Amino acid sequence: MITLQNIEKVYRTSTIETLALNNINLDIKKGEFVSIMGPSGCGKSTLLNVMGLLDEPSKGTVQLDGQPVTQYRDKELARLRNQKIGFIFQSFHLINDLTVLDNVEIPLLYRSQNGKPRQEYAKEALTKVGLSNRVKHFPKQLSGGQKQRVAIARAIVGNPDIILADEPTGNLDSAMGNEIMNILQQLNDDGATIVMVTHDEQMAKRTHRLIRLFDGTQVL
Amino acid sequence: MLLNYIKIAWKVLLRHPFYTFITLFGISLTLTVLMVLTSFLDHLLGGHYPENKRDRSLYVMLMVQRDSSLTGRNSGPMSFKFLTNYAKTLESPERVTIFSAFNSSNAYVGSQKIKLNTKFTDADFWQVMDFEFLEGKPYTEQHIRNGSYVVVITDGFKKQYFENTNEPVVGKDVEIEGIHYKVIGVVKGSPVTRPITYADVFFPYTAPKSNYQRSGLRGGFMSVILAKDKSDLVAVRNEFQGRIDRIPLPGVEDGFKYAQLEAKAEPYAENFIGQILDGGPGLKTIFFGIIAFVLFMLLGLPAINLVNVNVSRIMERASEIGIRKAFGAPVKTLVWQFIVENIFITFLGGAIALILTLIVIHLINSSGWIAYADLTINVNVFLISLLVCLVFGLLSGVLPALRMSKLNIAEALKS
Repeated sequence: MITLQNIEKVYRTSTIETLALNNINLDIKKGEFVSIMGPSGCGKSTLLNVMGLLDEPSKGTVQLDGQPVTQYRDKELARLRNQKIGFIFQSFHLINDLTVLDNVEIPLLYRSQNGKPRQEYAKEALTKVGLSNRVKHFPKQLSGGQKQRVAIARAIVGNPDIILADEPTGNLDSAMGNEIMNILQQLNDDGATIVMVTHDEQMAKRTHRLIRLFDGTQVL
Repeated sequence: MLLNYIKIAWKVLLRHPFYTFITLFGISLTLTVLMVLTSFLDHLLGGHYPENKRDRSLYVMLMVQRDSSLTGRNSGPMSFKFLTNYAKTLESPERVTIFSAFNSSNAYVGSQKIKLNTKFTDADFWQVMDFEFLEGKPYTEQHIRNGSYVVVITDGFKKQYFENTNEPVVGKDVEIEGIHYKVIGVVKGSPVTRPITYADVFFPYTAPKSNYQRSGLRGGFMSVILAKDKSDLVAVRNEFQGRIDRIPLPGVEDGFKYAQLEAKAEPYAENFIGQILDGGPGLKTIFFGIIAFVLFMLLGLPAINLVNVNVSRIMERASEIGIRKAFGAPVKTLVWQFIVENIFITFLGGAIALILTLIVIHLINSSGWIAYADLTINVNVFLISLLVCLVFGLLSGVLPALRMSKLNIAEALKS
């Protein structure tokens, strides 16, 4: 499903060069639930960004369903992100000016989908995460766990094959964290491929496979 | 999608009321100035009372005579005789009127002097122009043939001259420059910004001091040629030009030997601008330079300022850009989103400007600054204002939108 070959990511400033990822080779199979662990600053989020086509690698190739996407142009990359990938972020990244429903609709805005069915799909996704009674609320009116559930609804509304979650439980207490993890596990059981960055060993144990990074290099 | 953009734009406006106030204040002030200016230009150049038929009229205002070395030049209005021979007898138009430029005169009410602007016209003047007769009617060919001492006056002059303004004055006497005339009609006056129809008192051209019998080409008269239809203007113009081209050259006028002669029948706006530009290429450069400068000051500077405000406001929304891009928004769509948002804000400013413009126009019309001023926001003014809003919105929105949409997603999400 996702294949990374010889991935290298270098951040350059005028005075310093930082090697964030060094010769990463990975193959994520369809239906897998993979966790990525490692100390802060080891390149976990960078790796997830490269996988999710949010960032370009300095070297190496990224393949999605066997297609090399590294050289794709903005429009094609946007289409892939829109149709194949759903993102969940540690700090939720909801748009505070929009209602819960409008936030969840965002991925569908960039498909040729009319307003009515768009709303129906968004409501369905919110029902799946147990927030069907919060559609008209604004993010500021929700708890951390609720915000993350909205973010999950947004990630799954377009029915993507892959869900990339960057520390989805990082800002939540353990009870809320478990709730989110249960939802992710349910999504995986329903067929979604999930790659999750986490600091939490307990959460990582609930996934199929663990990848460990250290100083940008894959050690496990 | 569009609704989503507008919803966001509205929320962004509410986020920082002070910035919003500054932005909207700047936009609406700029657009108000432009709308009032457009309305004023429309007032000057458009077809309004009593010159409602400007769109199918050609104006013959000036004759220019040049000597053979093109160093000497003699220009001004024409003689009644010349216009009768070369304009009045044209075959293609519906009607042709000949009239004088406005002249100054005096009338007395008791010992009080009233300064007057007077005009000599033919009978066709009242057919070509659409004056509203509040009392009586215009003088006719018959009056002119008989050399009747009759006048048409404006309601403004009636108020000044007659004690009881509620009573009809048709049939009453007015004394101008020691001569008695009978009032035959009272019209609603025309503003001074329309010199063709502006006057307090209108005399038949056969009245004393009109000099209509003057021989030669030059004199104190002008003409308006009314075509049957807008589409006939070119044909009428060509017919008139054909006649002018047949005038034998060289000739002598009041001792001035001319080798070239120019008399144009032009639409009003062309004639108006032509008179400004007639001073030669240097004046043309200055004229267009001033227009460009004024437009830059009115549109460019506020747009640059708005670009600046927009860039800093858009930077606050880096995270939103990151989110939208992560979930599949292509650069083009995001650029479009920001442009739509900006146009929405500009149109909000435009709506405020429209209200402000209506107030300013009302103040100008009622202040008496220009007598009989009838500035309006008509369809043309409104459409031009709409276009200006659009240009302004695009000018101030494209650059920040391009800058923002090119943000790296991962970086944008970190902010």
